[in-house]
Amino acid sequence: MAQLEIRNVTRRFGDFVALDNVSLSIEAGEFFTLLGPSGCGKTTLLRMIAGFDLPDAGQILLDGKDLAGTPAEKRPIHTVFQSYALFPHLTVAENIAFPLRMSRCPPTEIRGRLREALEQVRLADKADAYPRELSGGEKQRVALARGLVNRPRLLLLDESLAALDAKLREEVQVELINLQREVGITFVFVTHAQAEALALSHRIAVMSRGKVEQVDEPSKLYGFPRNRFVADFIGHINMIDAQVTEHAHSHLRLAVSGLGEIIAPPLKGAAAGDRGGYAIRPEQVRIGVHGELDELKNHFSGVVHSLLYQGDVSVYRVMLANGAMIEALLPNSAPGRAELFEVGDAVKVGWRHDAGVFLHG
Amino acid sequence: MRSRSAGGMMPGCFCMAEPGRKPAPGARLTRYLVGGPPFLFLLLLFVAPGAIMALASFRYPGEFGGLAPLAAADPNVLHGVTLETYRFFFGDPIYGEIFVKSIFMALAATLICLAMAYPLALLIARSPKKSRDLMVLLVILPFASNFLIRVYAWMILLGPQSALSQLLNGALHLLGIAPVQLLFSPFAVLIALVYVHLPFMVLPLYTNLEKHDPSLLDAAQDLGANAWQRFWRVTFPLSLPGVFSGSALVFIPVLGMFAIPEILGGTGDMLVGNLIKEQFLGTRDWPFGSTLSIMLTIVVLLIAGLIAKLGARRGGYV
Repeated sequence: MAQLEIRNVTRRFGDFVALDNVSLSIEAGEFFTLLGPSGCGKTTLLRMIAGFDLPDAGQILLDGKDLAGTPAEKRPIHTVFQSYALFPHLTVAENIAFPLRMSRCPPTEIRGRLREALEQVRLADKADAYPRELSGGEKQRVALARGLVNRPRLLLLDESLAALDAKLREEVQVELINLQREVGITFVFVTHAQAEALALSHRIAVMSRGKVEQVDEPSKLYGFPRNRFVADFIGHINMIDAQVTEHAHSHLRLAVSGLGEIIAPPLKGAAAGDRGGYAIRPEQVRIGVHGELDELKNHFSGVVHSLLYQGDVSVYRVMLANGAMIEALLPNSAPGRAELFEVGDAVKVGWRHDAGVFLHG
Repeated sequence: MRSRSAGGMMPGCFCMAEPGRKPAPGARLTRYLVGGPPFLFLLLLFVAPGAIMALASFRYPGEFGGLAPLAAADPNVLHGVTLETYRFFFGDPIYGEIFVKSIFMALAATLICLAMAYPLALLIARSPKKSRDLMVLLVILPFASNFLIRVYAWMILLGPQSALSQLLNGALHLLGIAPVQLLFSPFAVLIALVYVHLPFMVLPLYTNLEKHDPSLLDAAQDLGANAWQRFWRVTFPLSLPGVFSGSALVFIPVLGMFAIPEILGGTGDMLVGNLIKEQFLGTRDWPFGSTLSIMLTIVVLLIAGLIAKLGARRGGYV
């Protein structure tokens, strides 16, 4: 049985459908992420799990028990808010001890747990500081410690890294992964930043307009998006209009007008005649001169249209024979050389037959 | 570090320069031009009279009011400086009693104002933004009518012929209890003190409560606090600066108030304010009136200092 089960939850605000018949199940100990653009319903869902809002229809079950009758303060679920919401009139130690005090924990136990929590987030020397005396990263750690100190069944994180600057965020991500593994508590993380979701999560639910588009592990989500929205939202992707001509056990044969044929990985439910798009990631596209990519089943001629030097990689945009643009990512492994190809060069682009994915619609 | 920042707490300080930032030429002059006039105003009309009063408290009263001369040719004429008035003040317990009674009256008025103003301020602060301004306007609306008229209105409301008195005494009669007089009693004084000063408590409380971050209450609830705990653990401690400034705005003027006890109080309901007024306008003993004023100022400063200390203890979190 899943630890948290969301069954056919719907929530409307007037005419606006914030959540449309959403079902999800989250396993114990999982780092689960709700990912989507703003307005997709992820925060509404999080607030319902926390108990700040109730579904119009459907159920939310924790360990098999419906949460509908349980107010937020009685749920064994804590939230790390986007603004952290630390109590400004309490010290770091008092902030962290707050949930223990509320649950009438005996003072000796409070002291022990507090010490443990402070050490866990490396803030023992800041115990008597007030929130306004802390840096952004320290505030975030206090909020985490406060949420975890009385061992909730579930910790909800609402855009909890958004307020940190880019460099610190990367550090905090590593800490967050380690912390979650250490405490073994289920984390439900809400974010609109796909890179963050990919880096942190065991599984991700991609949401759009109140619906769940796909639930998968990060690598599956990235490698095999189920539809155009997911493909587009997560990372960069090349999309080529295509039609299925053959559906074999081992592969899918696609026809691309003005270009020729693409061999793609097989797809359940695809049939000859289906129209859609073939999606391939830029880093899977290789670029070379004539004859270099002949061993690949998919290779096409083109002309370098533009290039962006980004330090670690260069992004080439190549115009194919049918006028379509395709992006190829080339790591800059040779130091000091920015441009392997010049704008206007005739090149070949190619990729493996098991790369990319055909998407209906 | 738990020290409170001085921002906004230092009257008369008009220095705007930030540390480590070199002021532009002319900034110094601008500062004096902007801050100078009000500073001078306070100096001339507040500090100087205070000093004059302090000096007057060590003089003898003049024969027909005013002060006796510092030096006189005739040795039979009272003159020079003396501690006589202070000896007089501390020599008779009646003055200490009136001070204590006044402090208790002011304390009672302040606490009743606080108890009534807090829920109201909270209600306004948590109302939709649109209706808040209207509600604040309603709170300060009584100021549109004259203070004395409002106090005299209570005379009619509490008088023996008033519906309130008749209703109350009728009920007491049924219970076999002797009738009571509402007017000219400490009760009448207290009710009017509260009535007049209530807005001074509501406004600072509202200003404070309105600024509270609502996500703090969400966080408290999320972490297991029920409605009662959310109030006492989050809302109330965060509102303490508002509680203190509202209390100061009620307590201090009430302590020196003389009009309300004079109009609505009985002969036994004399407060410090009445006593001081009596010295200047009745017995014409200016030095003793000054002494009483000085003692009142000292009491107020002591209490204000105590409040400031209490307020600073939890760190300057607002």
